[in-house]
Amino acid sequence: MPIYLDHAATTPLRREALEAMLPYLTEYFGNASSPHGFGQRARAGLDEAHEKVAHALGATPREIVFTSGGTEANNLALKGAAWAGKARGHRIVTTSVEHHSVGHTVRYLEKFGFEIVELPVDRYGRVDPDEVEAATTPRTILVSVMLANNEVGTVQPIAEIAARIRRHKGVLLHTDAVQAAPHLAIDLRALDVDLLTIAAHKFEGPKGVGALYIRHGTNILAQQHGGAQERHRRAGTENVAGAVGMARALELAVAERLQTAGRVRELCASLAAAIAGTDGVLQTGHPTERLPGIASFIAPGIDGASTTMALDLAGIACSTGSACVSGSTEVSHVLTAMGYPVEEARGALRFSLGRTTTAAEIAEAADVIVRTLAHLREAAAEMRLQRVTSAVKVPGPDPTVAEAPLE
Amino acid sequence: MTGLARAKARVLVAMSGGVDSSVAAALVQSAGDEAIGVWMRLSDVSDSHSEFERSCCSLDAAEDARRVASQLDIPFYILNLEREFDEGVVQPFMRAYLEGRTPSPCVDCNTLVKFGALLGRARQAYECDAVATGHYARIDSQGEGGGARYRLLRALDPAKDQSYFLYGLGQEELAHVRFPLGELSKPQVRDAARAMGLVTADKRDSQEICFVPRGNYRDVLRERAGWASDPGPLLDVDGRQVGEHFGAAGYTVGQRQGTGVALGEPRYVWQIDAGANVIKLGRRQDLETQRFEVEEVHFVAGTPPPGPSSGATGAFQAEVQIRHRGRPAQATVRPLSPIRWAIETAEPVWAAAPGQAAVLYRGGVVVGGGRIVRSEDSEG
Repeated sequence: MPIYLDHAATTPLRREALEAMLPYLTEYFGNASSPHGFGQRARAGLDEAHEKVAHALGATPREIVFTSGGTEANNLALKGAAWAGKARGHRIVTTSVEHHSVGHTVRYLEKFGFEIVELPVDRYGRVDPDEVEAATTPRTILVSVMLANNEVGTVQPIAEIAARIRRHKGVLLHTDAVQAAPHLAIDLRALDVDLLTIAAHKFEGPKGVGALYIRHGTNILAQQHGGAQERHRRAGTENVAGAVGMARALELAVAERLQTAGRVRELCASLAAAIAGTDGVLQTGHPTERLPGIASFIAPGIDGASTTMALDLAGIACSTGSACVSGSTEVSHVLTAMGYPVEEARGALRFSLGRTTTAAEIAEAADVIVRTLAHLREAAAEMRLQRVTSAVKVPGPDPTVAEAPLE
Repeated sequence: MTGLARAKARVLVAMSGGVDSSVAAALVQSAGDEAIGVWMRLSDVSDSHSEFERSCCSLDAAEDARRVASQLDIPFYILNLEREFDEGVVQPFMRAYLEGRTPSPCVDCNTLVKFGALLGRARQAYECDAVATGHYARIDSQGEGGGARYRLLRALDPAKDQSYFLYGLGQEELAHVRFPLGELSKPQVRDAARAMGLVTADKRDSQEICFVPRGNYRDVLRERAGWASDPGPLLDVDGRQVGEHFGAAGYTVGQRQGTGVALGEPRYVWQIDAGANVIKLGRRQDLETQRFEVEEVHFVAGTPPPGPSSGATGAFQAEVQIRHRGRPAQATVRPLSPIRWAIETAEPVWAAAPGQAAVLYRGGVVVGGGRIVRSEDSEG
């Protein structure tokens, strides 16, 4: 059986969530906006999902808007806040390590005249709250900083950033908590943000559903128009089964959080200990302020994509950092922002653990990973050697006198 | 990790997203081997294309390859060989034009990328026994194990034969390369793809050089080598200036030159002197030759074949073919120096351009080949 160590990309749907969803895919199929009994049953499920998600996050049900996932929620937060705040200002402050659903959305807004400030991070991937505050001018309408990074697992000092942003009237604070949600405690009463994004499939809920928390009284413009669903903030027939599955998965994740996070942290640490340091492999991200389930590395001199391919063939599923960029020479913008040279960033590897990861899997994975890295390092050396010899090899009657370059 | 004995051979299949390599992958799999599909990313295609940029057709090819792999239920990966392709193929291609030669990018790609870097990675990094491609060519062998000798042969279907592009392969490569389509014709390959319901079954064949958009290599020179028009004289056979060219790198030997030159008989680019930025035109018969020289010579067997008089001079007889789909000509091949060989043909060959590959055959067997070089300096 292959070992799945890519939970940061997605997780399996947990049984309890599936079971909660099934009635809404079968007998309770009604449209949640219909006034009849069928609609009312579906509506009840949807309302309950709002309540559960709100409860899990320390919010109120009307502050939760279900979306098609994290990307849509981030788009709604950023574009919605930008267009709503346009009369007041045009400056948006973010960081250089955000997920593309934030990074590419602000690039889009830039084309419409918004001024985008992308703040640098330190070598661990953390942004300095003082710099966030310094970048926040009277023209600033929105600050968006992720709660935890999806590639290296570094957790941002959101509470400190929020405390500083609060001194500036009218600036909205958004945080992308998609990667943080499975393992970090999220309490909106303490976190003090205006907008927060989560996605169900990162915590064993279904794909295709996410949520945006919109603090009561926050004005953002809808980005999808049509019906009056989600209190006019997100038109379109509600994905009731998805919302129900998400609510159930989140509810369970929160209830089990202490236990799961502790166990995952321990397994992750043992994996990291086995890998880091072998043949110059170094761990990336913050040493302590990090997600429990993500172990990220750089294996110098070995192309990360080659490593994930070799590991997949050896039965270990992992990633170079983000599932969205395939075969690209485009190296991780997160690692380059953290100051790693492009050559090193090419060697990026990410292993991410989940609730269902076992100690036996980690023991086996550590063994296979260490052996595969050693094998690839030898292979890389061998190939370099072959390159050198083929560069001086010239076939002909007498190769000893021959001399010709490769090209 | 190489000690693991596998019952099946593990074969990396280079899948381009076309029908040929799709069927090659299917044939590897149906032969009972473990097929692993890879699509080589060879030139810069943008992943982060937004609605403001053009989307990329090259990624569509990767998607087709991926779909075929999933139809066959084999693993599939994208391998980045951009650097190897740039160094081994694109740079020499541009250098050739800028120096007035005709490049042979497909030969370079096979020798240095597919059966160089890719084969190296397949064997060293991924513990594969072989690389398979959708080329139309055949390999046969005599003997077993370490003493086995391999021959590279033309495809059974002369209309599709691609052995011309493969002469750079040697014994070490052939021992680990498979051409599953070598015995098939194109219609058979398409039929096989249709029978399996592969999404690429009716995809059009690609005709262009893969990294030259819209088929115009001058755009590549402009964009990637900073080439700009640089007018110079067009000389006729007698040395008389009959017009102006727009830059020597924009011309290829054998190209018909009609525009702006009215001399009754058609004229062709005959000689390109990139250094002096002069292009000399010739009539059709001026481009015929019965003697030319080659360098960077490679023999598939590792050594040249024995000659008729037991090789005292090292000369031997072969058929020479100077372009893909060209007609082979009977020839005597003779070493001039350790790196330079002369080829004399029984009948004239046309437009033997410097840089072009001259491939030697004996019957259907590829003996080897070399790159045609300017022969003025050694003529006489």
